Amino acid sequence: MEKVAIIGVAQTKYEQNKKGNFAELVYEVTSKALEDAGITVKEVDNVVSVSSDFWDGRTISSMAISDASGAYGKDITTVEGDGTFGALYGMMRILSGHFGVTIVVAHHKGTESNMNGITNTAFDPLVERKLGLDAVSSAAMQARRYMSRYGIVEEQLALVSVKNHGNAKRNPLALLPMDITVEDVMNSPMIASPLKKLDCSPVTDGACALILAAEREAKKYTTNKKRVWMMGVGHCTDAFRLGDRDLSDTRALKKAASKAYQMAGIEPGDVDVAEVYDAFTYMELMWLEGMGFCEDGMGAEYLERGKFNFDGEIPVNPSGGRLSANPVQVAGLASMAECVLQLRGEAGERQVEGAQIALAHGINGMCGQSHCVWILGK
Amino acid sequence: MGRRVGIVGVGQTHHASHRLDASGMELIAEAVTRALDDAQITRDEIDAIVIGNMDHFENINYVDMWAVEGLGAFMKPVFKVTTGGTTGTTIAACAFYHVASGLFDRVLAVGWEKNSESDTQAAIATCANPVLERDPFAGAIGPLATEYSMYMKAYGATEEDAALVAVRDRNNALNNPYAHNRMKVTVEDVMNSPMLSYPIKFLDMCPRSDGACAVIFASEEYAKKMCPRPAWVHASVVRHDYTHFGDLEWQWMPTLERASAEAYKKAGITNPLKEFDVAELYLPASTTGVKWMDSLWFCERGEAPKLIRKGVFEMDGELPINPSGGVISTNPIGATGLIRVGEAAWQIMGKAGDRQVPNVRKALATGFGGCSWSDVMILGADLP
Amino acid sequence: MSDWKEEVEEVVFPGKICVPYTWTVGSTMSKWYVLMRDEGQIWANRCPSCGKVYIPPKAKCLECYRDVNDWVRLPGTGTVETFTVVHYEEPSMHPKKPPFAYGIIRMDGADTGFVHLIDEIEPEKIKVGMRVEAVMSEERSGNILDIKYFRPID
Repeated sequence: MEKVAIIGVAQTKYEQNKKGNFAELVYEVTSKALEDAGITVKEVDNVVSVSSDFWDGRTISSMAISDASGAYGKDITTVEGDGTFGALYGMMRILSGHFGVTIVVAHHKGTESNMNGITNTAFDPLVERKLGLDAVSSAAMQARRYMSRYGIVEEQLALVSVKNHGNAKRNPLALLPMDITVEDVMNSPMIASPLKKLDCSPVTDGACALILAAEREAKKYTTNKKRVWMMGVGHCTDAFRLGDRDLSDTRALKKAASKAYQMAGIEPGDVDVAEVYDAFTYMELMWLEGMGFCEDGMGAEYLERGKFNFDGEIPVNPSGGRLSANPVQVAGLASMAECVLQLRGEAGERQVEGAQIALAHGINGMCGQSHCVWILGK
Repeated sequence: MGRRVGIVGVGQTHHASHRLDASGMELIAEAVTRALDDAQITRDEIDAIVIGNMDHFENINYVDMWAVEGLGAFMKPVFKVTTGGTTGTTIAACAFYHVASGLFDRVLAVGWEKNSESDTQAAIATCANPVLERDPFAGAIGPLATEYSMYMKAYGATEEDAALVAVRDRNNALNNPYAHNRMKVTVEDVMNSPMLSYPIKFLDMCPRSDGACAVIFASEEYAKKMCPRPAWVHASVVRHDYTHFGDLEWQWMPTLERASAEAYKKAGITNPLKEFDVAELYLPASTTGVKWMDSLWFCERGEAPKLIRKGVFEMDGELPINPSGGVISTNPIGATGLIRVGEAAWQIMGKAGDRQVPNVRKALATGFGGCSWSDVMILGADLP
Repeated sequence: MSDWKEEVEEVVFPGKICVPYTWTVGSTMSKWYVLMRDEGQIWANRCPSCGKVYIPPKAKCLECYRDVNDWVRLPGTGTVETFTVVHYEEPSMHPKKPPFAYGIIRMDGADTGFVHLIDEIEPEKIKVGMRVEAVMSEERSGNILDIKYFRPID
């Protein structure tokens, strides 16, 4: 199979109440990503945008950004969901042989919308929506199920927050770099037990763009240093209703991850750095287990031993993760962008030395119903 | 180079203004079950699924997640795409690239809409830029009425020309058991129907429907094994060039000209009127069935009314258009474009029942939506 | 170059999308809600192929993709698999003022969990593994709140 490379990346600074409309955010990252790849929009022949009518408050939300994404006169399409799925569609389009250089771009302005109201609409209008559930209250039930199944305590979850907010101090783009302790997390206001404010990611605005190219074009436009290969990818979806799943089970993620590893021809142990979806602290641990970085239920113990710290065996979320900036839809694309910077050796103060293989991850739906796992490599 | 891809199964619901017998989920299941039966496979043989609709018509966020039960998508890769009116063709294209990429062998594409569940025009109105155009120029009819009144002025087309198209599509729907509106109408009926927005009258305009459509795409290797006569995908091209309605060229349809020109080039089509045996076009109003014939390169700009009057696009004409009855007969919006692809595929597969055009070798399907955007898919009986 | 951007007064338009919705419930869920509304009973349905019992009922089995047609009445009791106590306010969305509790209840006689409210107990006393029973609303109109909430069985 032909190889596809990421040859350009750009992100905005992640902020709240960010200036600029959707098109301006998209234009900023599209132009910077093209510049990063050393090409102009003329070399691009198609665009995959990622947007959501719910968060944008607009029907056909992609209409707001089609010109800003450089799509005039080109083939453009729109994925609704996490940016990792947008990148997957970009890769498919290149592998199909019908397209060359591809822009994948996602935007989000969480502070212009109502997160609880919008995630409430992800529940079935015939059943659970009327109960008032949303992303936070459903995640809280998943957290409790996970903790009770494996005997994990809240202080252990708090460590994820301490680690990721600490990592964010080395990332100039992050929204919430913080020096905090387990006590700070434990004393932060209770949102939905067992999740406290510092167990939850912040509402965030921002945008991210990747430029993808097939091997031949990647080599034409960029130097080896800039190129990062899309080595493997997998996605998989579990049941919709929370009660149809054991919320502590990661079977969909396991399937997605094993497909990605198989395609890349690697084992979890080969991964040098991982950007994992941590909208809530417990998620990072559950997903790390699902990805095979440790046995089920053992994530917290390895975290305590420092395995996932910046200087640990597998640094997880060196960017600060979603806990430090969580623009929905952009989130997974941002984790891919961070992996690209790590693999290029351009991650500045947060550089993981000698990173050769990186894992990026995004989810769709509530409580990790659907996962997309990427393996990127030098 | 990517792989060749064929359509091996199509299913659709019986469409209606209100399908009160079925939830959105059950509509999806109805279409999926029929597509699986049409391809003679089970859910176990589907490798990945693509779904789409327009969010604000049912107000269900993450439809791809919510629909898992109806899609048969439990523990499978699922993907959502959405681009407004073009959603149906966007889904088809996405399923096509899934297979062409070599990553998946058999992919299920599903489009659906339950337009009875909301105020369709109120939801569509929010597609216009909230700061510039949402108040003065929103909804689906205004822009279509504007473009045809300019076309009439420029080229001498008439309201009766549009009525001829309405009569053709609506009467064709009598042959399609799945169609929402099945009524025999005359030019007088159309001309006498209530004016919606000059020059578009009630019987010129598409309805909003409840319905779903499912189409199964397979790699060359599987398609040959699964289906005696797959509909091979020869080209898939889209142009969504406009962001503001105010930027459009109104006298012709630039995105359709550009998308079809590119698609014809890819498929090696030089004389579309002669080479296509049938076309299933996303014509949201009968007026577009006049004006856009220029844009599809069937004739010079402004010549379309002559072809319409000659009956070139009737069932017994040179290039039958919309044997299914088209969009003015059936319009579950997120499925509408996919129904065009599915109907075109059935014409090639010889499964179009009473609306079958004899000996179809090449078929054209289009999608329309957004800010006057166009999608084009070309299907053929021969390998591309 | 773009100094004026530092000076400009940034204008923000407030907006709200107001679209009314009616959702068709479909045969399977309609039967479920009518039994709940008219009889005050809680039912589930069973896949004829794999035997899995679903609540809320399914039109299609997740695994088998078969129509699920066998109906089973449940006793309305179950065990709390997990729960949360909500402390934030969303008055337009939440059925009650916080603090209040949601739980996933593993229903006796079913193979799936069931999400609902837990009440008649101080939130801090709710435990995983606790036995609960459904309390039906006095006024029922055919929706999920025809079950008022679940309460502990002592």
